[in-house]
Amino acid sequence: MWDAFGFDFVNFYLIPGLVLGCIYALGAIGITLTFSILRFANFAHGEIMMSGAYLTWTVMAIAGYAGLTLHPLVAMVPAALLVILLFLGTDKLFYKPFRNADTIKVVMASFGMMLIIRSAVQVIWGPNQLTFVRGIAKPNPVLRDMSSDIGMMLIIPNKHLFIFAGTVIIVFALSYLLNRTRIGKAMRAVSDSPDLAHVTGIDVDKVIRATWIVGGICATAAGVFLVMDVQMLETTMGFRMLLPMFAAAILGGIGKPYGAVFGGLVIGLAEELSAYPWIGDAPLLSPGYKTGVAFAIMVVMLIVRPQGLFKGRSF
Amino acid sequence: MEAYVGYFLYFLSLLTVGGIYAIFALGLNVNWGFAGLFNVGIVGFAAVGAYTYALLTTAESTFHIGGFGLPLPFGMFAGMMTSAVIAGLIGLICIRLRADYLAIATIGIAEIIKLILKNETEITNGPRGINKIPRAWEHFSEERFYSSWPMSWFGTPENWEAFFDTLPNWYWQPLFAGTILLVMYVIYRMLERARTSPWGRMMTAIRENEPAARAAGKDVTRRRIEAFIIGAAIMGLAGSLFAQHLRLIEPTNTFDPSKVTFLVWVMLIVGGSGNNRGAMLGAFLIWTLWSASELIITGAINLIGDIFSTLDPSILQTRAGFLRMMLIGILMQVILQRYPGGILPEVRPASPKADNNTRVSTGETK
Repeated sequence: MWDAFGFDFVNFYLIPGLVLGCIYALGAIGITLTFSILRFANFAHGEIMMSGAYLTWTVMAIAGYAGLTLHPLVAMVPAALLVILLFLGTDKLFYKPFRNADTIKVVMASFGMMLIIRSAVQVIWGPNQLTFVRGIAKPNPVLRDMSSDIGMMLIIPNKHLFIFAGTVIIVFALSYLLNRTRIGKAMRAVSDSPDLAHVTGIDVDKVIRATWIVGGICATAAGVFLVMDVQMLETTMGFRMLLPMFAAAILGGIGKPYGAVFGGLVIGLAEELSAYPWIGDAPLLSPGYKTGVAFAIMVVMLIVRPQGLFKGRSF
Repeated sequence: MEAYVGYFLYFLSLLTVGGIYAIFALGLNVNWGFAGLFNVGIVGFAAVGAYTYALLTTAESTFHIGGFGLPLPFGMFAGMMTSAVIAGLIGLICIRLRADYLAIATIGIAEIIKLILKNETEITNGPRGINKIPRAWEHFSEERFYSSWPMSWFGTPENWEAFFDTLPNWYWQPLFAGTILLVMYVIYRMLERARTSPWGRMMTAIRENEPAARAAGKDVTRRRIEAFIIGAAIMGLAGSLFAQHLRLIEPTNTFDPSKVTFLVWVMLIVGGSGNNRGAMLGAFLIWTLWSASELIITGAINLIGDIFSTLDPSILQTRAGFLRMMLIGILMQVILQRYPGGILPEVRPASPKADNNTRVSTGETK
């Protein structure tokens, strides 16, 4: 029963929801890893995402001067390296002094970090909106024709396909890292029990560095995907992403990367589908309140099941 | 002479805004300094207080709900109460959570308050905000006030108009600044009482060692909610004063989460959390730094613009504000790392049973 109703639902609610979910998922991976390995809520994560997108834009602009037109996904690679450097630098300067102090001190430091990074970006790139590519994204013609032949027209622009593919690749790479490599196993060990991991001779500093690197790559990807999706680069986007990403991490269970991915998809879908006219013609929830959905899910989760769906750690 | 009046008024405005921020910092001190609650939703409570005050006290308007024209103290009290009720609701749900989670929850609350203010256009006039908010003392020279009681008992509108014409147009500034400082002082005295009372000592105990306080039979959850509500009420009051100072409020730029919340946090950390005097000192200090740096940076930009005539100073101008923010952020990181106690570190209140010797050794003066 693929009628106009279903066409609207899939193309304007389900697919955007999944795209948003992929972005939240990538951001939430970094948050959940920092939360479980370094044991603090990193408020600066959204700003890291945002700065990753700005660096990608810069790489594209520099390549543009040299006469090259880079795709954001290509420019993302050097940008991610810079973000990793930034991540490691902030860790050394601002988080490391608090490693043995109260958790709340580090949370406060990350809160300060959030504003320092944001204002640095505002000073360097200015407060105006930027964009990777201009113009309207056309739906992928091959997919559209193929799907319209079997009676269900899918209107998916290429950028969305790139986002799906990129997320799948990153999640598979992450699962390989965590399950097959030495450092990944060490990360999981530290996440489960830092004291025990220390006793068994795991180099905690190395694990922390690996956490920042993985988090940095995922955050850059999330930032770039977000800018590809909304075609707009602005300095407040990191802060707007913060709450849904935390909601995703808590929903999936703190310390569970797959949980974060699942949580991200659920939050993204819930936000988009909440605006679907389920009852009557009007949107169920005014689109202005989309962010509220993530918050509501988070609060309900914290009360009902603080360990999250995937049995993460609860504090 | 004119120049001196200008300096005087600048000084008064520093006192006014510094005083408002000091009240915010005192409110945060109840949350963080007393009870150790990491509240990052200051801007939300400020917005609630400001909007409640504005809606209740403005003249009737077609743009937003009401404009009830109620007396200003009533509006301020209502701002406090609304803020307290909202804090109570959050407290019931979130107070048992670990500090990080409470921080995320308060950020969320602040965001949702902003969404409501932005989207409920019929009630709050949406993104365009509310203007012509009456300011204490200055509002006396508005027609709708002097033609109503009790001012109408003392003179006819013409009399009052003639009277206000004789006053300089800034006559209200010292009075307004004085009112804010008075409110600040009253709150300070009350909080000092609370801090040295058994309640305050219990708060410290809960903050420092929760299991021990629980084992000693203290109702930890209840006390925490109390501290959260008191802090939020003070923030609501400060929000209503903020609305009076600004006269025009709107949800996005006035209540920019990074600016208000962060500045208040820096003030408390720099001044010394847990210490009411430190909170006030930090507020005035950071606010003075903040506004003085604006003058200095503007001067520097003009100088740079004169030297490098090819540069467009307006580009620098728009970015200078962000640079100040960054410097304040770095200041906070330095203080956190080097002087975690702030300028005036916390002094533990001695128990009244303790003798004078311990009082001297703990630094308690009284």
